[in-house]
Amino acid sequence: MSDGSLTFPRFSTVEDFPSAAQAALGGRLVEIRQCVGEYALHVERETIVETMTILRDQLAYQQLMEIAGVDYPDRAARFEVVYCLLSLTRNHRIRVHVGTDEATPVPTITGVWPVADWLEREVFDMYGVLFDGHPDLRRILTDYGFRGHPQRKDFPLTGYVELRYSEKHKRVVYEPVKLAQDFRSFDFMSPWEGADYILPGDEKVSATEPGAPTPAPAPEKPAPAPVAATPPPGTPKTTDSPAQTGEGKADPKGDGA
Amino acid sequence: MADIRHHPEAGTSVPPGQGMIDTPASPEVEIQNYTINFGPQHPAAHGVLRMVMELDGEIVERVDPHVGLLHRGTEKLIEYKTYLQALPYFDRLDYCSPLAMEHSYVLAIEKLLQLEVPLRAQYLRVFFAELTRICNHMLNLGSHVMDVGAMTPNLWLFEIREDCMNFFERASGARMHAAWFRPGGVHQDVPLKLLTDIGDWLDTRLPRLFEDAISLVADNRIFKQRNVDIGTVSRDDAIAWGFSGPMIRGAGIPWDLRKSQPYDVYDRMDFEIPVGTMGDCYDRFMVRVEEVRQSARIMKQCLSEMPDGPIASFDRKVVPPKRGEMKRSMEALIHHFKLYTEGFHVPAGDVYLATESPKGEFGVYLVADGTNKPYRCKIRPTAFSHLQAMDFMMKGHMLADTTAVLSAIDVVFGECDR
Repeated sequence: MSDGSLTFPRFSTVEDFPSAAQAALGGRLVEIRQCVGEYALHVERETIVETMTILRDQLAYQQLMEIAGVDYPDRAARFEVVYCLLSLTRNHRIRVHVGTDEATPVPTITGVWPVADWLEREVFDMYGVLFDGHPDLRRILTDYGFRGHPQRKDFPLTGYVELRYSEKHKRVVYEPVKLAQDFRSFDFMSPWEGADYILPGDEKVSATEPGAPTPAPAPEKPAPAPVAATPPPGTPKTTDSPAQTGEGKADPKGDGA
Repeated sequence: MADIRHHPEAGTSVPPGQGMIDTPASPEVEIQNYTINFGPQHPAAHGVLRMVMELDGEIVERVDPHVGLLHRGTEKLIEYKTYLQALPYFDRLDYCSPLAMEHSYVLAIEKLLQLEVPLRAQYLRVFFAELTRICNHMLNLGSHVMDVGAMTPNLWLFEIREDCMNFFERASGARMHAAWFRPGGVHQDVPLKLLTDIGDWLDTRLPRLFEDAISLVADNRIFKQRNVDIGTVSRDDAIAWGFSGPMIRGAGIPWDLRKSQPYDVYDRMDFEIPVGTMGDCYDRFMVRVEEVRQSARIMKQCLSEMPDGPIASFDRKVVPPKRGEMKRSMEALIHHFKLYTEGFHVPAGDVYLATESPKGEFGVYLVADGTNKPYRCKIRPTAFSHLQAMDFMMKGHMLADTTAVLSAIDVVFGECDR
């Protein structure tokens, strides 16, 4: 593109930031990562209050703009709490990441920035991350009496309860969610490139059965293996030569089943 | 006379002659603070806000805002949508400045993709982002003066807002939920007549209506009595409470992301950043008033400098081809089909990107995992940290000042609750 240019906000590039952060934080720092020009500091969870105080007072990151939670269910410490800091004087942004799980609390930083109060409450509400020493760790965005932590990856998009106004009871009542149609989530993984699940419809055919289903009556045999136990088709769904098509054969796979 | 004026539990003082009981028969009368609900349905709450207020007479002792009544799970929904399908959710966050919400999101995607955008698209985005700012401030300034008792300016400012809505409709087809900024540019080019009409409007109708309306309130004695020295925030408090936008500028800190961290073509624009001196509600109001004038200035510069050319990137893995091209080229047809079914894939990485929305710093923390859907999209609303400061801003003020402080925050619950 001749007249195009990159568009995103251009804040100052602090060249010596990794070494300065390393010097100031020492052993509290686990890792400094850079992604598209933004620094992310992974720090020890227990030292977050000291880390934040150092970053605010020594490295001049005066403002805490945001605390975000992220859920990585595959990790041992499944939650990541991300603090987005802004330096008004150096015109620079960094992020500080700490990991935690459902049971381990993260020390609160409400003593460093009062704005962390609601931000931590939101992370608690959405993910169930506990903040040790928080003055008022209530839910904030969800309903009064809500159960569960909706932003967790294992929380269904539809939730568990729905509410409506009941003419009979003259009040709003909560009921379990009833869906007229299952929630459909499409992913666009190519079945030939590493999709590690059974394609919808393939579960009807187990690998031990002969070819395509026929309209003939079902044979007398025990119930088919449960879906989860069925391995995905081992061979790729391609036919390299006409001999592999099974054309004209009664028993195309030749396995005698 | 029983001395209940300074009863330790009451923590309050009652003026003489009011509620005084001077017979010793009931010496243990306790005058307690009482608690009221402000909202959730209140015309001055700017949406669904419930504030539990502890009052001592008419003096506010403590405010506990209960937010989340408009929580729609936007961030959760976005995780189940492709990047492009998630875009219209941003219009519905701050429904008073929809295009400014889209701006952060498309820039975050462009940063992860390291995508270059043609100059005309950048000018168009800046142009319409500033029109959005005017549109937003019309609503806020108008409702602010109405909340403190004046009616007429709001009606006049809504005239301007209506004009803005018509311009949005002519550009995108939608009055509010435009979904017009797209990763890689904008959705469609605008007709030349629209640009000339907006140019005329900036020269004639906007200044006439706006200056008329503001002249009614800016030096008005009642308006000043309701706003000057109300909800004062010091510089240090503004920084510690994560203020941004007109709230931090009202406190006297010249911080504007359009200037300090310019995105799109804001670095080519010549404009001033208004700041307040006292950090009270009146300063925030006047900062917004001046921002409207500066926005009009930026828009005029855009009109005079905007080049011709493409309005979206030619990267066909992100931006769909034109319909005419689709009719002739098989490759274009495939690209179109893939982009509107599967969508584009964003390389793994995470980014926090903030822009100067009319209300302050609107940020998006986007975690991409290499698929066609965002792994996590955390939205940083402006109102969340501002509303949190309600408690300390309101302490010691009268109940009637609540509406002024709330209006000066410029809170919209679509964005606060998400």
